[in-house]
Parts: sequence; C-alpha cells; structure tokens
Amino acid sequence: MELEGKAALVTGASRGLGAAVGVELARRGARVVVAARGAKALDAVVARIRREGGEAHALAADVGEREAIYPLVGAATALVGPIDVLVLNASSLGALPMPELADTECEDFEHVLQVNLLGPFRLVKAVVGSMVVRGAGTVVGISSDAAVNGYPRWGAYGVSKAALDHLLRTWAAELAEAGVRFLSVDPGEMDTQMHADAMPDASREGLADPELVARRIVSVLAAPERWPSGARIEASSLESAA
Amino acid sequence: MNTLAPAAWPDRDASATRLLHLDPGRGTFTDRRIDELPLLLRAGDLLVLNDAATLPASLRGSSSHGEIELRLCGAPREGGGGRWPAVLFGPGSWRDRTEDRPPPPPIDAGETIEIEPPGEGRGLAARVVSVSPVSPRLVELRFDRRGARLWSALFRLGRAVQYSHTRAPLPLWHVQTAFAGRPLAAEMPSAGRPLRLPLLRALGSRGVGVRTVTHAAGLSSTGDPDLDAALPLPEPSVIPATTVAAIERAREAGGRVVAVGTSVVRALEGAAVDGPLRAGASVRNERIGPGHVPRVVQGVLSGVHAPGESHFELLRAFAPRALLEAALAHAARTGYLGHEFGDSTLILPTDDDRSTRAA
Repeated sequence: MELEGKAALVTGASRGLGAAVGVELARRGARVVVAARGAKALDAVVARIRREGGEAHALAADVGEREAIYPLVGAATALVGPIDVLVLNASSLGALPMPELADTECEDFEHVLQVNLLGPFRLVKAVVGSMVVRGAGTVVGISSDAAVNGYPRWGAYGVSKAALDHLLRTWAAELAEAGVRFLSVDPGEMDTQMHADAMPDASREGLADPELVARRIVSVLAAPERWPSGARIEASSLESAA
Repeated sequence: MNTLAPAAWPDRDASATRLLHLDPGRGTFTDRRIDELPLLLRAGDLLVLNDAATLPASLRGSSSHGEIELRLCGAPREGGGGRWPAVLFGPGSWRDRTEDRPPPPPIDAGETIEIEPPGEGRGLAARVVSVSPVSPRLVELRFDRRGARLWSALFRLGRAVQYSHTRAPLPLWHVQTAFAGRPLAAEMPSAGRPLRLPLLRALGSRGVGVRTVTHAAGLSSTGDPDLDAALPLPEPSVIPATTVAAIERAREAGGRVVAVGTSVVRALEGAAVDGPLRAGASVRNERIGPGHVPRVVQGVLSGVHAPGESHFELLRAFAPRALLEAALAHAARTGYLGHEFGDSTLILPTDDDRSTRAA
C-alpha cells in the first residue's frame, strides 16, 4: 500500500516504538493521528513531525477506557478521514515490578486485558466497517515474544498479547475476502522505557533501537500484501527499508 | 390509522429488521426481512451507501441571556476552523419533542455561547457569526479553537441529537452505521443501519456492488415551522470517482442503482440535476419530490415514512402516492416499526422485462 496521503492512527504514540512509528509514517506521507494518555508528550511528537514537514494531530486518550474509544476514532476520522492504517501499539505491563501470577491482583490482570486486548478490539470494531466498504485497510498489532513463550512474571502481559494475536487472526479469517489486512508484529527487545520498566536490572546492550524497528514496521505497512492476512511477523526477520 | 409505533431503542438484532418491498411497476408490496435483500437484487446491481458518521451534534451551553442547546448541522472541512451552521434551542431535555422546545433566548451576531465554563484551559466557546433571516434559530458559529483540540472537545462534550421516543438518552455509538467514516451528519443516515457487515458481504458474493457517497445529512426537525419548511438546509456532499465509475458500469450492464437512504438520493440526483453525474465535492440543496424524474437512482432502501414527512415526498419520485399509502397502511396494521431504529422499505421495480428497461 502506498502510504502517501493515507490516514493513520497509532496508539501508545507518545514515546518509544509508537512515537517512532508515527514519525516514520508521516515521513512516508501518511496523515497521522498519534494517541496516548499523556497530552504533553504527544504534543512533542506532533511538533517533531510538523518540523519535518509532515502532518500529525495529537489526541489524548486512554485506550483502556471503554468510553474513550469512540471519541478517539471519531475525532481522528474528522481530522484525517476514514482510517486506512491502524497501529495497535498501546499496551500496559500491569503492576510493576512485574509479579508472578500467584501474586497478580485480579484487578491488575483485568486492566492489562482492557488496555492490551479489549481496547484494540473496540478500536478495530470502530474502524473496520469503513475499511470493508472501501475494500482496503491495514491493522497491525504490536505483539511480543511473551505471546508465544511462557516467561515467569510475564503472565498477564503474555496472555494479553497471545490473545491480541488471536484476535487479529480471527478478524483476518472473518474478513478474508474484504481486502482488509490484519497482521501481528513482534518487535523484539527494544531499548525503551517499557523495557526498562519490565526489566530494570537488565543490560541495555544488544537492545534494538525503536526507530530502526519502527522503520521495519512501516515497511510492512507499506506492503502488507507480502504476508497472508492474519500472519505473525518477527521484526528481526525484516530488512529495514532505508 | 396510518401511524407506526416508533422503535424505542436500537437493541434489536439488525437482521430481524422487516423489509417491505414495494414494486412500483406492478403496484404491489411484499413482506420480507432485511436478510432477504440479496434475493431482491441481482448481479450487476449497485447499492450506494452514505458513509457519513453522525456528529456529536448536540451541545449544551449558555449565553448571557440564558440556557441554549445548539445542534450542529454540518461541519466545515479543514479542521473545523470555519463557520459551523447550527440550530439553537431554549431550555429542555431529550424527553421533549423538538417541536415543543422553546426558542433560544435572543442572540445577535458577535455574542458568545459558552459550551463549557472556562477553567483549566478546557473551556469551549462559540461565537455567533451570523443569524439567518429565515429563523432566529439558525445561526453560523465559529469555535474558539480548531483541529485536534476542537474535535477532542466536541467528542467530549457533544452528544447525539436525541429523540423523545427513545427509552433513554442515546450514546453516540448507537447512532452510527456499521460503515461510518467521517463525522459529518447531524443525524444518523439511518436507512443504512440494518446493513451489517455479513449482509454487505452476502450482497457482494451475489455480485451486487457496494459503493459510498459522503453526504452531510442535516437535521430532521428544528422546532420552527418556517425553518422546517426550508429543510433540507444546504448539505455538503462528496461523490468519489470510484462510485461514479461503478454507477456507469452498472448502467451499461443493465444493473440498477439502489440508493440507501434519502440522503443518497439527494446526493446522486442532486449532483445530476444539470448534466451527467460528476465525482467531487459540492453543496446540495435540491428538494426532491413527486415532480422529480430520477436520472441516476432506480431504487431506494429507506425507513418507513408517512405523508407529511419530507422523506415521504421524496419517495413519491419513485412510487405513486397511492402505493406508498397502501403500503404504509399495511405496515401500520402489521406492526412495522418507524423512525431511526425501525423497519425498512425497498422501492424497486421487480425487473422481469429487460426489453422495456433497455429501451
């Protein structure tokens, strides 16, 4: 898909990978809405995109709140038009430091599912009908190695990401003929605040630069037809588009 | 009695929506369900939807003279920094019928309506730019912000325009079609509400095309008889080139163009009043009624409408009054539901005479 002029919505876009994906999409000519809870950090991302000559708009929203989803999609669509590209990047690790399951509060688990699974479900539900009628659109969920492997202390998060992958596979199966594509991307371990929150004692050596990973993800968004809809892609397997 | 009970809430399974099929060629009508729509259409036909989403058009505020509800009727493009047409009302709630609502307190150009009290940088205000000579309720407004800050505030503070026959106040997501795109409509283009994605896919598998226009459907009622008589107010409308191409292909192949909703009729017939249908953006203010000879649209899927409604007058361009009235009497007698969340009618000739149509 040519990204020039496309309407893109990126959640969790105030920092880290989400911000980098927003910047990269705008560099490729997309009209970008960046969403996250923190308005101030979002404004900085928008300012950066505009300085580079791109188009961006900031909408402060918590995708874990049911009532926040429709206003987010409505305002985003008013600003850039019906969404062509949806990047489901916002996610919560849950309680910090990350506890083992036996010590995980039910409320914390629920919150992780609200942000990482139900928020994405509601967002897709709000944009997908327009994509189907237009016969085009791409939804990418940012997954994790923890969606596939069971790591101690990554229980709530890993379950939410495994479910997100499966949610997107199921949308893909239901809308196989509709021209709308659903993909999961495992970005790999990156040098982000989220990584530092999850593993404060781990070395940062060998962690990927989120800007590099963002370029790889945007190269997927530019040509999603290279994968079958519903596929799960490991970013480390991708060449970075320059 | 030709009075339909209103559907009070959009909670019914959309596939249970009843469909009354009127055949103006034969002068007959038949009871169907919306899921049978694919049986009534054939490969090569084209369904045209209005993909305008419903605005959070109803905002509460006050001027220095008292309480005001303003209902936005259309949105300017380019971030909303331009003039917004709006209809003003005095005090009242969603339980009051629009026609019973008192007029707004007197307001002049230059005055400000505070939508939200100022404070913590969140106050939203609108300045009255002009007042219409047709009615003191119809004004143009300019908001004190634009872009993401304006749209965030509108979606935070605004509600859907309410209907007194509903069971409870309607949240905005209950007045959206399954395929809604840009928020431009003052009220839901409700004819498309029963068309859920599985039904649209079933139509596609049958070879029926589905395309869109984006038509900023305006308010259905203003509470002022003079202003109601002037409805519809000018409606911004966009017809994509892909839709015009699909209409041309359908016609060449002998397919029929079915408009989903009166707003699609206004968009397509309006854009073809003085020449061939062209793609692009325009503002439509044609009133389509019994004298209109359709140039683009052969069939209409809509709600169930009664004489006296402007929608009923529009449908008279597609079926004789006697058939519409007989069908309405049947619908009322057999429990069809009316209004935004009610049942559907399809006006479409049963085409069993290709030679006549091709002539």
